[in-house]
Amino acid sequence: MLAFIIQRLAQSILVMLVVGLISFSLFQFVGDPVNNMVGQEATIEQREALREKLGLNDPIPVRFIKWVGLAVQGDFGLSYRMGMPVADLIAQRLPATLELVALSAVMALAIGVPMGVYTGLHRHAWLSKVFLTVSLIGISIPTFLIGILMILFFGVWLGWLPTFGRRGLVDLGGWETSFLTLEGWSYIIMPAFTLALFQLTLIMRLVRAEMLEVLRTDFIKFARARGLKSRSINFGHALKNTLVPVITIMGLQIGSLLAFSIITETVFQWPGMGLLIIQGIQFVDIPIMSSYLVLIALFFVVINLIVDLLYYAVDPRLRVERTAGGAH
Amino acid sequence: MRKIMLATTAAVLLAMAASASAQEKVFRYSTTGDILGLDPHNNNEGPTNTMKSNIFGRLIHRTGDLSLEPDLATEWTAKSDTVWEFKLRPDVTFHNGNPFTADDVVYSFKRQTQEASDMAFALSSVKDVRKVDDLTIEIETDGPDPTLLLNMPNFYIVDQEFMEENDAFEVVKGAGFQNFANTHPNGTGPYKLVEWVQDNRVVVEPFEQHWDYANRESNIDRAVFTPIGNDATRVAAILSGEIDLMYPVPLQDIARLEADPNVDVLQGPELRTIFLGFDQWRDELMDMPGSGKNPFKDQKVREAFAHAIDTKAIQRVVMRGASTPTGLMIAPGINGFPEEMNIPYEYDPEKSKQLLEEAGYADGFPVTLDCPNDRYVNDEAICTAIVPMLERIGIKVNLNAQTKSLHFNKIGAAENNNTSFYMLGWTPGSYDAYNVLQNIMTMDGEGHGAWNSGRYSNPDVERLTDEIAVTIDEDERNDLIRQAFKIHYDEVGHLPLHQQALAWGVRNDTVESVVQRPFNDVDLREVVMK
Repeated sequence: MLAFIIQRLAQSILVMLVVGLISFSLFQFVGDPVNNMVGQEATIEQREALREKLGLNDPIPVRFIKWVGLAVQGDFGLSYRMGMPVADLIAQRLPATLELVALSAVMALAIGVPMGVYTGLHRHAWLSKVFLTVSLIGISIPTFLIGILMILFFGVWLGWLPTFGRRGLVDLGGWETSFLTLEGWSYIIMPAFTLALFQLTLIMRLVRAEMLEVLRTDFIKFARARGLKSRSINFGHALKNTLVPVITIMGLQIGSLLAFSIITETVFQWPGMGLLIIQGIQFVDIPIMSSYLVLIALFFVVINLIVDLLYYAVDPRLRVERTAGGAH
Repeated sequence: MRKIMLATTAAVLLAMAASASAQEKVFRYSTTGDILGLDPHNNNEGPTNTMKSNIFGRLIHRTGDLSLEPDLATEWTAKSDTVWEFKLRPDVTFHNGNPFTADDVVYSFKRQTQEASDMAFALSSVKDVRKVDDLTIEIETDGPDPTLLLNMPNFYIVDQEFMEENDAFEVVKGAGFQNFANTHPNGTGPYKLVEWVQDNRVVVEPFEQHWDYANRESNIDRAVFTPIGNDATRVAAILSGEIDLMYPVPLQDIARLEADPNVDVLQGPELRTIFLGFDQWRDELMDMPGSGKNPFKDQKVREAFAHAIDTKAIQRVVMRGASTPTGLMIAPGINGFPEEMNIPYEYDPEKSKQLLEEAGYADGFPVTLDCPNDRYVNDEAICTAIVPMLERIGIKVNLNAQTKSLHFNKIGAAENNNTSFYMLGWTPGSYDAYNVLQNIMTMDGEGHGAWNSGRYSNPDVERLTDEIAVTIDEDERNDLIRQAFKIHYDEVGHLPLHQQALAWGVRNDTVESVVQRPFNDVDLREVVMK
C-alpha cells in the first residue's frame, strides 16, 4: 500500500512538470504583462527595462527551467500584480477555496445521496417528481446565473444574507475559517450552495439510477425473501453497492468544484484561489498562473489517490484480490 | 440543514440590526479592481492614485472641480522662468509621528524620479529640488515649464527617516525583492491605513493629527474599499445596502438603480477621450499586401472615415446616452481645452463616398480594426457598431477585438505598432493638453509619441508642441494649443469619438454628499455621511 502511494506521488511530479511546461508555452498567447504593470505615461525605455528585468525576453524553455529551478527550492516568485510572494498569496487564499469546496462537497453528498435514495425507492411519489424537476434546473442553469439569482433573492429582496465577500473569520494559527461564527456561515452558505447545486443534482441522479439497478438484482430479492428489514436492505445493502461509482464521480467532481469555484468566487467576490487566478489571467500575472495550474494538477493527483484508497475501504473484493496477488 | 439555515438567517438579521444601531460612520465603497499598491512612487493607475492621495500628502492638492489648493505647501512663487519657491506648512506630522520638513521633499523627489518609478513622468521637467531652510524648498526645471504646478498633485511626499530606516528607497516592481513601501504607507494625508487585504478590502481611518483635521469636511469614522469585479454582484451589493457607493454602474443597470428610492445614480462626463487612430507611416497597408499603397496616408481617406462614423448614433444606441460625442482629443476640464473648436465631424456618408472616390478608392479597401474588449465602457460594442458604418462606404472592416493585455501590446511599441486602425482612450495625467500632444499627436523628440500608434506626424504640430512645452504666458500658450489642435482636426490626425460618461451608484439613505470627480474616483476628503 505504501509503495503504491509513493509511486503515485512520484507520478504526480511528472504530471506537474508537464502541466508547468504546457502552461508556460501557453502564456505567450495571453499578452504582455508589462503594459499592465506600468502606467500609461511610462516611456518605451522604462517598459523595455522592466521586460528585461522580468526575464520576458528570454526564450520560453529558458524561462521554464529558471522557474522550475526556483520552484523546487520553494520560491515561486513574486506576483507581478501585487508584488508579494506567490507562495504567501496562495497560502492566504487557499483556506477560502478549500472551505468553500469542502462545504459544497458535503452539501452535495448530504443532500444529494438521501434525495437519490428517496427518488430511487419511491419512484412515483410526487416528492420524487419535484426533486427530479428541481434537479433538472440545477443541472441546466449555469453556475453564475444561479449565483446571481440567489444573490437577488436572498441578498437583495429578502435581505437575509450578505451578497458578497467573506467575513466573520476566526484565525486558527494561519488558517482563517468561516465555520466558527454565524457571520462566517452567513457569508459562505450562498456561494457553497451555488457551487454544490450542480454536483448535488448529479449525485442525486446517479444514486437514483444506481439504486434502481441494484434494487432489481438477485441479492436484494434474496435479502427480501430472507425477511430482512427494508431499512437494512435499502441502506445496508443497496446503497452500499451504489457507492463505488458515486465515490469515483465525487472524486472527479471535487476537482471540478475547484475549477468551477473560479466562477462562483467571481460572482460572490469570494477571496479564494479562483479570484486570484482570474485576476492573474486578466493581468497576465505569469508567476501566479503557473503556480496555480501546477497546484491544481497536484490537487487532482491527490484526489485521485484518495479515491483509489477509498475503493479499498468500500469494496472488500479489491482487498482480497490484492492480498491474493501478493501471495504468489 | 433547515435548522442551520434558520439559525444563520436569524444571526444575520441580528448582526444587521446591531450594525444599524452603531453610531460609527463607516463608508463602504467599491469599484471593479483592487489598488495595485501603496508605494506612492510605484504605480500610476487611477484608483491606486486616489487611494495614495488619501494617505499621502502632496505639495498641492487637486480638488473635485480640478482646481488646485494648498496641501503641504502653503504658498508658491516663481522666482524666475525656471525656479519656483515653495513655502512648506509648519507642524505637519507623518502618520508615524515623524515631523515633516524640507528634507522629506528632497528625498521624495529623488525617490520618485528613479527609473523604476511610474510616477517619474510627473517630475520629468524637474532638474533639481533644493532645501533652502527647513520649511522652504526651491524647484528648478530644465526649461520654463508651464505645467509644473499641474503636476504637483502627482508628487507624493514620503518620510525620509521612515524610508531609510526600512531601507525602502528603491522602487521595486514585480521581480526581485518585495517592496516594503507597497504595504507600509506612511504619509501626511488625512487618512491612515488600517489594513489592506489584497483583493478583499482596504480600510482607512481619519488621521487625527492631520494638519487640517479640525476643519475637515468629511465626517466618516472609517472607510472600507472593496473591489468587486463582477458587475451584477456590485449592483446587488448596493441594492442590498451592503455598500454605500459603487462605480461604474453598468449602462444597462442605470434605470434599475434609479428606480430604487434609496439609490441615486450620479452621472457626469469623464476626462478620458476615446478615439480611433490610423496607421500613417507604413508605405503599404498591412491588409493590402502587394498593393504598395497605404490609403490612410491620404487625408481624403481619413476625412471619409470621419464623416462615415455616426457618433450620435453610437451615443444613442451603444452608450445609451451616457457619452459626449467630441471632435477633439481632449475633454472639457483639461487645461487648454479650446471649447469653440469642439465640433464632432459631421455624419455624411455621401460625402465620404465622394471623398473615397476622389482619393481613388471608389471600391473601398480592406482594413483590420483593433479594439479592446475589456478596457473602456462598451468598447467592443462601439467597434461592432462602426463596422457596418464603414461598410456602407465600401470599407471592408475586419474587427479584431481582444483583451486589453493583448490589444495594448499589439498596437504599442512592444510589437512595433502592429496595427492599421485601432481604438484607444486617453486621459492626460497632468490634466493639460500638452500631455496628449506629447504622447499621442507627435513623434519627434525623446518621450514623444509613446502611444501614437499610427505614428501621425506633422512638423507644424510638432513645432507648436515644443513651443507649448516652454510657453508660460497662459493666453499665448492656449493660442498655440488651439493652432496645434486645428491642424490635427483639419487633417483628421486621429478620429475622436466621445468622452464616456461616469455613472456612480450612491445610497441616499446613508450618504449625505459626495463629489464625483471627472477622473472617476472617490476623494474621501469630500464624503459626508448621514
